[in-house]
Amino acid sequence: MKNYIINALVKLWKRGSRLMIISKDEILHIANLADLNIKDDEIDEYAKNLQDILNFVNILNKVDTENVEESIGVVNNTNVFRKDEIKVFEDKDALLQNAPDQESNMFKIPKVI
Amino acid sequence: MELYELTVHELLEKLDNNEITLEDVTKSYIDRINDKEKDVQAFVSISDKEALEKVKTIKERNTKFAGIPIGIKDNICIKNTKTTCSSKMLENFVAPYNATVIEKLNEENMVYLGKLNMDEFAMGASTEYSAFKKTRNPWNLNTVPGGSSGGSAAAVAANMVPWALGSDTGGSIRQPASLCGVVGLKPTYGLVSRYGLVAFASSLDQIGPITKDVRDSAMLLNLITGHDEKDSTSANIDKKDYTKSLKEDVKGLKIGVPKEYFGEGINEEVKKSVKEAIKKYEEMGAIVEECTLDIADESLAVYYIIACAEASSNLGRFDGIRYGYRTKNFTSLKDIYKNSRSEGFGAEVKRRIILGTYVLSSGYYDAYYKKAQKVRTIIRKEFEKLFEKYDVLLTPTSPTVAYEIGTKSNNPLEMYLADLCTVTLNIAGLPGVSVPCRSRQSWYANWYAINRKTF
Repeated sequence: MKNYIINALVKLWKRGSRLMIISKDEILHIANLADLNIKDDEIDEYAKNLQDILNFVNILNKVDTENVEESIGVVNNTNVFRKDEIKVFEDKDALLQNAPDQESNMFKIPKVI
Repeated sequence: MELYELTVHELLEKLDNNEITLEDVTKSYIDRINDKEKDVQAFVSISDKEALEKVKTIKERNTKFAGIPIGIKDNICIKNTKTTCSSKMLENFVAPYNATVIEKLNEENMVYLGKLNMDEFAMGASTEYSAFKKTRNPWNLNTVPGGSSGGSAAAVAANMVPWALGSDTGGSIRQPASLCGVVGLKPTYGLVSRYGLVAFASSLDQIGPITKDVRDSAMLLNLITGHDEKDSTSANIDKKDYTKSLKEDVKGLKIGVPKEYFGEGINEEVKKSVKEAIKKYEEMGAIVEECTLDIADESLAVYYIIACAEASSNLGRFDGIRYGYRTKNFTSLKDIYKNSRSEGFGAEVKRRIILGTYVLSSGYYDAYYKKAQKVRTIIRKEFEKLFEKYDVLLTPTSPTVAYEIGTKSNNPLEMYLADLCTVTLNIAGLPGVSVPCRSRQSWYANWYAINRKTF
């Protein structure tokens, strides 16, 4: 790794306040929430990656956000309305051609109940 | 000089003077692709036959850009064409409709040369995270073209397309444009409709042009702007002609130079080139002043929290049911979801989904996501203050020059630092352009971004 990058990393790390440790259970819990499987031999790497980035983003703890409002986006808070009308997408074949499995114009999935 | 070396406005001039035909133009690019693509690997799919067929049907140039070829990043939908996002997840996905930007190019009767490679789902800064191939920087084939619009930037730089569309969530147009020595523009959030762009982080994503010069950039921007009711974040404002903003001189232009982007973490060579460019502007009569943007590092943290949170939500739609990859290994519905996603997504995409899910999960939401949104407000206000004083801000685009393929892809955090100079604008929704500040013929080039006020 080049020196200036190491320096930048060290600088950023020092500014993060607490050191995060991500446990095996925690990474499996998060992966489950995201509908992802993580293999046993991948757990350590995913946990370390998450730990690294969390330690880095902890620099935000130093920013005083007392009385600051949240920005949900950059477009000022105006609602965009439209009429509640049904618009039919005519080209059903174009949609269904991407279905991994289908029957009688419907997406097919395994039995649920 | 070969036709493929020309800019689009130069091609138009020759077409207007009947020196060349549209077929000559398309053929010139197809020959160039046949010659260069094996080295550069910029395309996911090439539509040379379709392009030639289409251009043969254009007998008269009824619109200004009729028959002009273009390349499209492979996360923008063209009807009946594969749109893969360079992911195994969408390897066989055929778009059932056109993106709004494509509808606009179709109105001009433009010709598509192919879909361009990218980091999977636009997550990356080197195009090494494509599930299909590694694109190479045309100036030095051992180095990366940048990313995520690396295919678009490399194809323009290698003259395989005259111009291209990319998308920019944290620098994905500007950074590869910088590493490949071309012009990359990220418009103001809301200026260009994102309908038909595969969503990564919806409060940050914008589509924009990658071109050989700023005149082409303004012309292509003119084509793709405009309000669209299919994208509720699209701004309802009158269309402007951006070519009118191309002025010869910068006399009296107030340029702010944030000192944070000239500190540690920025390559010396990059600093030197940008400083030379700044000096040039001063000589030309611009008023240059050093200023402070002391939320530069925090911006990167805010970006990774917000972008990954939004991505984890946006990519929830890939479940193996309606489209995209479905696992062969399942008995229950839950198996389909989990196994399709685990087999279909690459490691970097999974890393970001996991980070995004973590910062949105119960117990951490306030500490990370809400905190990032508050700092986002502070960043926006910092820019508002700076633009009371300056017309534009000038910084390097990328902290490094193009580096060797494979040297960073195993260290995610180091890869994330590539976005240091560019993400701030996305967070604030501001426009930015990266333009060359050295000769295009140098091995790799260093560029700077001009951060303008909105629209």
